[in-house]
Amino acid sequence: MSNNKHWQSFGELNNSAAFQKASKDEFQEDLPFVSENESFLDAKAPRRDFLKYLGFSTAAAAIAASCEIPVKKAIPFANKPEDIVPGVANYYATTYVQEGDAVSIVAKVRDGRPIKVEGNDLSPITKGGTSARVQASVLDLYDTARLRFPTIDGKEVTLESVDKAVASSLGTGPVVILTSTINSPTSLEVINQFIAKYPGSRHVQYDAISYSGLLLANEASYGKKAIPSYRFDNAKTIVSIAADFLGTWLNPIEFSKQYATGKRIDEKNPSMSKHIHFETVASLTGSNADDRFLCRPSEIGAVAAALLSAVNGQGVAGILDAKLKSGIEKAAKELVAAKGASLVVCGSNDVNVQIIVNAINDAIQSGGKTIDWSATLNYKGGIDADFAKLVDDMNAGAVGALFIQGANPAYTWYDADKFVAGLKKVKTTVSFNSRNDETTASCKFVIPDNHFLESWGDAEPKSGYYSLMQPTIHPLFKTRQWQDSLLKWSGITTTYLDLVKSYWVAKLGNEVAWDKALQDGVINPATEVMATALPFNAATLSGALAAVSAAKKGGKIELSLYQKIAIGAGQGATNPWLQEMPDPITKATWDNYLIVSPALAKTLLDIDLSNGGQSDDYEVHPEKKVVSVTVNNKTVQLPVLIIPGTQPDTVGIAVGYGRSAGNGKTADGVGKNVFQFASLSGGTVSFEIANVDLKLTDDTYTVALTQTHAIYNTDQGNRTEVMKELTLADYKKNPETVREEREEELKPFGGIEKFETQGTIYPYYDRPGIHWGMSVDLNTCTGCGACVVACNAENNVSVVGKSEVARFHDMQWIRIDRYYSGDLDNPKVVFQPLMCQHCDNAPCENVCPVAATNHSTEGLNQMTYNRCIGTRYCANNCPYKVRRFNWADYTGADSFPDNQNQQLVGKLDDVVFVMNDDLSRMVLNPDVTVRSRGVIEKCSFCVQRLQEGKLKAKKASRPLKTGADDEWDLKVACQQSCPTNAIVFGNINDSKSAVVKSRVDNKFREFYSIEQVHTLPNVSYLAKVRNTYDEAEKAEG
Amino acid sequence: MKISAKKKLKRVMFCQIPVILLSPFKDISPHLYNSTVNMIHLRSIMGKLTFIAAFCFFVLFSNQSFSQDGKALFSQNCASCHAINKDLTGPALAGVEDRWPDKKMLYSWIKNNQAVIKSGYPYAVDLYNKWNKTQMNLFTSLPDKDIDAILGYIKVEGSKPAVDPNKPVPGGVVAEEGDNTLLFGILTLILAIVAFVLLQVNANLKKLADDKEGIPATEPVPVWRNKVYIMFATLVLFTIGGYYTVMGAIGLGRSQDYQPEQPIFYSHKVHAGTNQISCLYCHGGAQESKHANIPSVNVCMNCHMAINEYKGEALYTAEGEEVNGTNEIKKLYKYAGYEEGKPWDATKAKPVEWVKIHSLPDHVYFNHSQHVAVGKVQCQTCHGEITKMNEVYQFADLSMGWCINCHRETKVQFADNGFYSIYEKYHEDMKNGTMDSVTVANIGGTECQKCHY
Repeated sequence: MSNNKHWQSFGELNNSAAFQKASKDEFQEDLPFVSENESFLDAKAPRRDFLKYLGFSTAAAAIAASCEIPVKKAIPFANKPEDIVPGVANYYATTYVQEGDAVSIVAKVRDGRPIKVEGNDLSPITKGGTSARVQASVLDLYDTARLRFPTIDGKEVTLESVDKAVASSLGTGPVVILTSTINSPTSLEVINQFIAKYPGSRHVQYDAISYSGLLLANEASYGKKAIPSYRFDNAKTIVSIAADFLGTWLNPIEFSKQYATGKRIDEKNPSMSKHIHFETVASLTGSNADDRFLCRPSEIGAVAAALLSAVNGQGVAGILDAKLKSGIEKAAKELVAAKGASLVVCGSNDVNVQIIVNAINDAIQSGGKTIDWSATLNYKGGIDADFAKLVDDMNAGAVGALFIQGANPAYTWYDADKFVAGLKKVKTTVSFNSRNDETTASCKFVIPDNHFLESWGDAEPKSGYYSLMQPTIHPLFKTRQWQDSLLKWSGITTTYLDLVKSYWVAKLGNEVAWDKALQDGVINPATEVMATALPFNAATLSGALAAVSAAKKGGKIELSLYQKIAIGAGQGATNPWLQEMPDPITKATWDNYLIVSPALAKTLLDIDLSNGGQSDDYEVHPEKKVVSVTVNNKTVQLPVLIIPGTQPDTVGIAVGYGRSAGNGKTADGVGKNVFQFASLSGGTVSFEIANVDLKLTDDTYTVALTQTHAIYNTDQGNRTEVMKELTLADYKKNPETVREEREEELKPFGGIEKFETQGTIYPYYDRPGIHWGMSVDLNTCTGCGACVVACNAENNVSVVGKSEVARFHDMQWIRIDRYYSGDLDNPKVVFQPLMCQHCDNAPCENVCPVAATNHSTEGLNQMTYNRCIGTRYCANNCPYKVRRFNWADYTGADSFPDNQNQQLVGKLDDVVFVMNDDLSRMVLNPDVTVRSRGVIEKCSFCVQRLQEGKLKAKKASRPLKTGADDEWDLKVACQQSCPTNAIVFGNINDSKSAVVKSRVDNKFREFYSIEQVHTLPNVSYLAKVRNTYDEAEKAEG
Repeated sequence: MKISAKKKLKRVMFCQIPVILLSPFKDISPHLYNSTVNMIHLRSIMGKLTFIAAFCFFVLFSNQSFSQDGKALFSQNCASCHAINKDLTGPALAGVEDRWPDKKMLYSWIKNNQAVIKSGYPYAVDLYNKWNKTQMNLFTSLPDKDIDAILGYIKVEGSKPAVDPNKPVPGGVVAEEGDNTLLFGILTLILAIVAFVLLQVNANLKKLADDKEGIPATEPVPVWRNKVYIMFATLVLFTIGGYYTVMGAIGLGRSQDYQPEQPIFYSHKVHAGTNQISCLYCHGGAQESKHANIPSVNVCMNCHMAINEYKGEALYTAEGEEVNGTNEIKKLYKYAGYEEGKPWDATKAKPVEWVKIHSLPDHVYFNHSQHVAVGKVQCQTCHGEITKMNEVYQFADLSMGWCINCHRETKVQFADNGFYSIYEKYHEDMKNGTMDSVTVANIGGTECQKCHY
């Protein structure tokens, strides 16, 4: 066993003073106690105040209670629809669509309101997986900043009058329909019909994060301007050159699912895929890689070229950095060894680089195996040059009318000013966007589009694979689907619904088949299509190689613009759940910032992380130093975070922040916009900037980081037992490593077998019937955060805002801990989802003075809010730090409205009140209590789902099914959302259940977090096994 | 009626007191707990009486089990349109067997009346015309033995003389309603006076004895200044005062006996009592949802399209005012947007805004289907004798103690429901005889997160 020490923070690495102090206390802020030399009256809450409050609250409670009970009405339907039973949820298959992304989902509709989305198991693409953004999309439906009616020049008008006004202004020049990538066959039909009606019109697709480089390279190499399907599940060796395919590249849900198949270990025959990653700034995919190598943004082309020459047996040339050079050599060796079962992907938007990558894939025979041309991926189709030409045309006055749907170039285009200037020269500008975003604000006509949960439609995310969209709620506002507007303006009388229906009835043959397809939500090819390859055309390769080697060398410091998994190109910025989801890599919420490496921190910020005092100074205070970043005379000031795994001469900034006020209070004023730093080079937009000027300022800026919020160390439990990790080589040598280690730890208490009864003075209890348990595979968990948002949605977890997160008051019931180990400059990373462990011998239960938290016969650690008096002893005694306290009235659930504005609590951020709006509250799950101030809450194992599942089985008079033969009466929210099926949940008393199977099949890797303190958790983990190069070499050598 | 219902509840609670008092010991020694409880139960005269009564009932009425099934089937299938002794949407069913020449014909009529009418059988055609060509529902999948059960039930019920509910039942409610509180109070007072006298006697005797032995007597302290008495009186006052304060405070959030005036005088007594309509016909949600659901206007109109006047016995509000039933049906028509004699356009209906009676706090999760469909609990268990209520009132106090109490006592459908097959240990214990039944509490029914989450 490599006894590698894991660390979450720099303080922990150095065992600094601040870390030791922080790990002693549960609550990391000073309590309002008085110091010895102050009088009681000087205290924040002196005794007299206490007595005043006590007297007041007693009197108030007496008055409130003695009031008459208000008369409540019970109003039934006038005519009850046949398929609705109030109190019973209906599920409708539909499709999540956002700027080209299309994911088949199932929407849970309770009493007419969609309250949760889940993945659609019938989709062969996502297989029921979701992402954080898909999970959060239901909240967008109830966004208070949605546009509620059509406007002309900002004034409310009726649909009829806007139709008339638009129709009369058409025909004075060519119409351009500007959209994000559209992969809906019927929408394309609508556009084509419009273009037919107005000859000279055209359709331009624009993607905020462009894949033009990849599309054009494929056209050059394979004669097809398209993106093939990737098969990561068929790849034994995966090499990624700055492609964040588990986080933000194309369709991370599908890729995560495929990736996880290669990472799942069969205990009897251990083997794993190998993933080598080259990147500039730490990303989610890079953190999951078996081996990560760092390069500068300007070197990406050189790395690809060197890899090509190494794969062809000509050795690595042109790479100076020794580590990087050996990385390329190793990658080439692995790729060649696994020829036909290996894959190279690249995130660059440079055509030449992508042509070189195509050449590598041709050399290692990926075509038809890991790259499949039988079906193309249709998520992105925008070509930057087309859009650049449109902007020129607009400025030249050559565009008569511009219709904009789903695109926001006034924010995302590198030269937004030019676009806005062009927009002003277009006579008729129409926006279908659903909020008053940067582009819509400059448009004359606004006809807001429906949310996808209010819409009809379809999508073809992968050619041949269709996903249908049906409304789950009547449109909340006076909005209309943009397709209907276009149809109307084309003079066609049928509605878009008629068109969708007749299109599919014609294609499927009859109406019954259409009904069935609508119910399933997906239409798949009858038989699975064989993977095919296209011949590689090497004609452009030499030119590409020449262009790459001639590329400009980077300056002293380079900048890489990246997307955060939750925010993307700004689509998630208006969603409070996504803003508050800690970024998996930086663990920061509510901001973007400048990412620098520890090495650069030393020179730029004068912070030496290996120095305990200095690392504490950096880490303890949420106020971070601010640096002014200048590119091409444009300057932005941003706080700095030090993130290991970043190339020393490279800095990174996330796009998607700095939105205008029109996007709503959630996004307004959060972070800075850096799209302006991007540039157009060689016809494609580049997010890599070769030269950036950094200047340290005297300012500081608070960043709400959650990383150090849950630290715990005692003599009995320290971090190594929280997490277990080993290399594949070690695992192969001795599969029982983890088990032996556990045996060693538990030896004084009777060993693994007898630990439960002998390790404690408490009695042993029987467990008849059901006993709930969970198993989390750290090998397949990528840390993507879908579970965090799914849990928020399912359990009504409050949003607390940046100021409260900065005060350690974050509320998420499940957090994903990030652990580093090894080299500070390029460490290994492990993600561990941590929720309430539902200990069978729970330390929290013993200390509650009012028995508000206690144990159920089914193994649940129950939390009863109405009994809790808020002593927080339980949170203090919890070794996993998973209990959350309602420090303020985040939900507006208290009887006394003033509780949200108390001085002692602090002023809450606007977003808290946005979430308390009657509209936003429609997303609440009616089966889960909304917690009020002063109570503790925590993961309940989705007890409402457990009760529902049990009831289902009882009604059918049969035992509960939790995964035996893949039949499920229930799945908990995190399990259901997980794109890699890393989380398995069920009845551990049922020997056939999936969770028992997971534990038995992986008994050598199974471990419990901080097991030796005898908490007897019901959550087990499977140790992370890493197929790392160094260790494997060492083991062989 | 209301008062008697309340009293019954009190009595149940009273019987429970020993169990509740003992329950803290449950954790310390389950054996002691069980044996004590059993002892009390065995010794309880109530228990014996119940047993004897049950036995008598069984002997007397066992031959009626036929029509008991029939009752359920009747309410399920027929009661929405038929009564036994009077005409509703369909004819009164008493003596129906005599009206048909043979049973086979009757079977086919019940299963598919349209087919019989088409065949031209004269009695059927006459009947159809007589009832304004109202089509009877088809019961093609109703087995013959169920029809027999229904017919058996109709026979038994039809032969009973019609009961006038206004006439008081002989043997009287009055005797049952005797209140013993006053008696207990007087007894306590007498005992307290006796104790007081005895204490005084004791004090005097002690004084005499002291005198005899030459111990100097202390100055006698008058009763009102005696510290022991003062303390005693304070304690008693504190206990009684505290009891009433606490009970009063607890009662603040509760609304037992709440009986608001509803927008329509809807009588459950007429519908569920006199006309025997199954509860689930209108409150179908009770077996599939957490809510029992108040029926929508179109459900009311299913029957009231045909039933447009009330001809039953006089109806009275709780205040004693007479209600015109036909006018109440007219109120429904107004909500439904229905004009008699014209076809009804359901889209014109407006919902009736009923006043909600049973309200649980927001932090309580209650699921009707769990109790009705799985637990097979009768509606009356929680809602009282709804079939006798003209205006519904809240029968139970819906307190947590009341819920928990029921969960402690109620047996789950352990052998019948396949879900419980996983409780192997309990099944074994029941086979061995170490356990005679499994209550809701045994399978975790009193744990917090069964209702609070």
